[in-house]
Amino acid sequence: MTIDKNQLLRFTTAGSVDDGKSTLIGRLLYDSKSIFEDQLDAIETTSKRRGHEGVDLALFTDGLRDEREQGITIDVAYRYFTTPKRKFIIADTPGHIQYTRNMVTGASTANAAIILIDARHGVIEQTKRHSFIASLLQIPHIIVCINKMDLVDYKEARFNEIMADYEEIASKMLIKDVRYIPISALNGDNVVNKSQNMDWYHGAPLLHVLETLHISSDINKIDGRFPVQTVIRPQNEAHRDYRGYAGRIASGIFKPGQEIVVLPSGFTSVIKSIDTFSGNVQEAFAPMSVVITLEDDIDVSRGDLIAKKNNMPEVSQDIDLMLCWFNNLPAKPRAKYKIQHTSNEQKAMIKEVVYKVNIDTYERDKVDKELTMNAICRVKIRTTKPLMIDSYRTNRTTGSIILIDDATNETVAAGMIV
Amino acid sequence: MSKYYLSYLEELESEAIFVLREVWAQFQNPVILFSGGKDSIVVAHLAKKAFYPAKIPFSLMHVDTGHNFSETIKFRDDLVNEYGANLIVGSVQQAIDDGRVSEERGKNATRNELQITTLLDAIEHNKVDCAIGGGRRDEEKSRAKERFFSHRDEFGQWDPKNQRPELWNIFNGNHFQGEHFRVFPISNWTEMDVWNYIAKENIKIPSLYFAHEREVVWKNDSWIPNSEYLILDEHDKIELKKVRFRTLGDITITGGIESDADTVEKIALEVAAMRKTERGNRTDDKRSESSMEDRKRQGYF
Repeated sequence: MTIDKNQLLRFTTAGSVDDGKSTLIGRLLYDSKSIFEDQLDAIETTSKRRGHEGVDLALFTDGLRDEREQGITIDVAYRYFTTPKRKFIIADTPGHIQYTRNMVTGASTANAAIILIDARHGVIEQTKRHSFIASLLQIPHIIVCINKMDLVDYKEARFNEIMADYEEIASKMLIKDVRYIPISALNGDNVVNKSQNMDWYHGAPLLHVLETLHISSDINKIDGRFPVQTVIRPQNEAHRDYRGYAGRIASGIFKPGQEIVVLPSGFTSVIKSIDTFSGNVQEAFAPMSVVITLEDDIDVSRGDLIAKKNNMPEVSQDIDLMLCWFNNLPAKPRAKYKIQHTSNEQKAMIKEVVYKVNIDTYERDKVDKELTMNAICRVKIRTTKPLMIDSYRTNRTTGSIILIDDATNETVAAGMIV
Repeated sequence: MSKYYLSYLEELESEAIFVLREVWAQFQNPVILFSGGKDSIVVAHLAKKAFYPAKIPFSLMHVDTGHNFSETIKFRDDLVNEYGANLIVGSVQQAIDDGRVSEERGKNATRNELQITTLLDAIEHNKVDCAIGGGRRDEEKSRAKERFFSHRDEFGQWDPKNQRPELWNIFNGNHFQGEHFRVFPISNWTEMDVWNYIAKENIKIPSLYFAHEREVVWKNDSWIPNSEYLILDEHDKIELKKVRFRTLGDITITGGIESDADTVEKIALEVAAMRKTERGNRTDDKRSESSMEDRKRQGYF
């Protein structure tokens, strides 16, 4: 069986009703046999009841009653499909500006993003918005699907024109790996199978690209970071003095015998063993969940971070962030929030909003700096105790935070450390 | 290819273990909702791995409709013994006897909806602040929108339009007294993943999942097992068939499929070729287009 080796790829799509996103997802799921008969039956029944012609695949991707009734995607929905090569998780998100926070949420765990462009309309505001979010959330791979090629007579010239326009956007952002595929989601051109209508395109169809994207190198194997989630103390006969630190490796490679430092205390020790239920391991890397034991009996608890002694994160109370605001209530000036960073929970105060980004034009607004719903701003915060941080660009785990409002317990913002 | 990568099953396992440890760290009194079905068995297995060499730190909570497969109850008790875990049983029969709920009437009456009250009572009575479930996002359309950490208000209700955004792997379990969370560590698993994992880890599952001969009645497009709780009408015909169950729930609504798959490997192959979802055999999901969403809003699993 190949399941022992196959990797997981998480990708995000963003889009509104008309740009063919649902059709594209529907086709990927349908052609990979991930839509079941009873699901199709249910969608067919609903399509008929609504008076739609044929089967409306958008009904499959919209899960909540309100979404189906209004014909829009509101929340992030997760879809799954498997091919003989990989397992895929799609974070299917809405595309409209009023749902920026949902796009950000879907993008936060993605290895790749599919940006859909309607071949008739070319690069529009929404394209820029989705690209900005993909770049802000540091999605390593961008696949630009130029859709509805059937409606522009499958012309290579149109494809090249749009590609040139997009290159200009990409050059303004930190997007490392961009690919372009001309498709027709409706007819299936270059989605799963290579199109017969576009001989001039020599690249692979979308599914093949998704199956072969090189994602192993996206993981940071250099900076050893291990946020401690909880302490394991069995206190039974067999393990009377056992004290292990449970967590998931955020980055780097840990081995027994390595010199480590526990932050923020600064105590140093040596890794005694790395334990799992199936036995000790000689090496552990991201994103493995393990238990680490140390040679010395030092004080380590939840919220602490174990790092390699010769490669430490920054330990700081003053942090610069790109912050995306999620809540109906705007941030109050100098308001205090709970801050969650890996397993560490502290208080933080927003000291200053430096500028707000217009995510359609990429302009920086230094006048309107209010943190309102969906705003993305550069901010400075101060925390009550130091956090052990890396820049989001080098580490998605130790470089990200959320803010929680004490009064409601709601998650009001997400931040990426600059 | 680099040796520093995990296969997808290893990655899903690591994610689930991370989630279970977060639960332990963030809540005072978390329990695992244990139905005796494969998903909750996998969750219990993952909890065992997450806290090893310590024993599993969660109680198991079973909402007992009173309409059980006897095999499920035996399996539950054996597992509780083996894990040395504490078992909490919320009894629907007790709730009926106490007048907290009354039985549904009519031909297709079930105790499905009645579980909601019993579950919420058990959560309140035992001061549970987090109930861990085996729900998966691939099961049903409203579940596709479910968070790993899913907030329930003081009435146990889910508000799907007002869910907390969930980014990266940072889980916000903050809540007020009387509220609780439902947490779904295997959110990202599919039915196929569960079977592949059961095979890989050699996890024990109830014999009901394997093909066996049983008396069944054809109802609502599936083979409903004959039992003392089943209300038959004159058209119903009891037949002997070789069947197995894709999900295990209340015996009166869990439909079997005809099958010869009598090993985990054969089941995995059969599931891979399936053209219907596993909940397609659950009468409870067929009542309306949004029946799952409606029940979930009220506090269902």
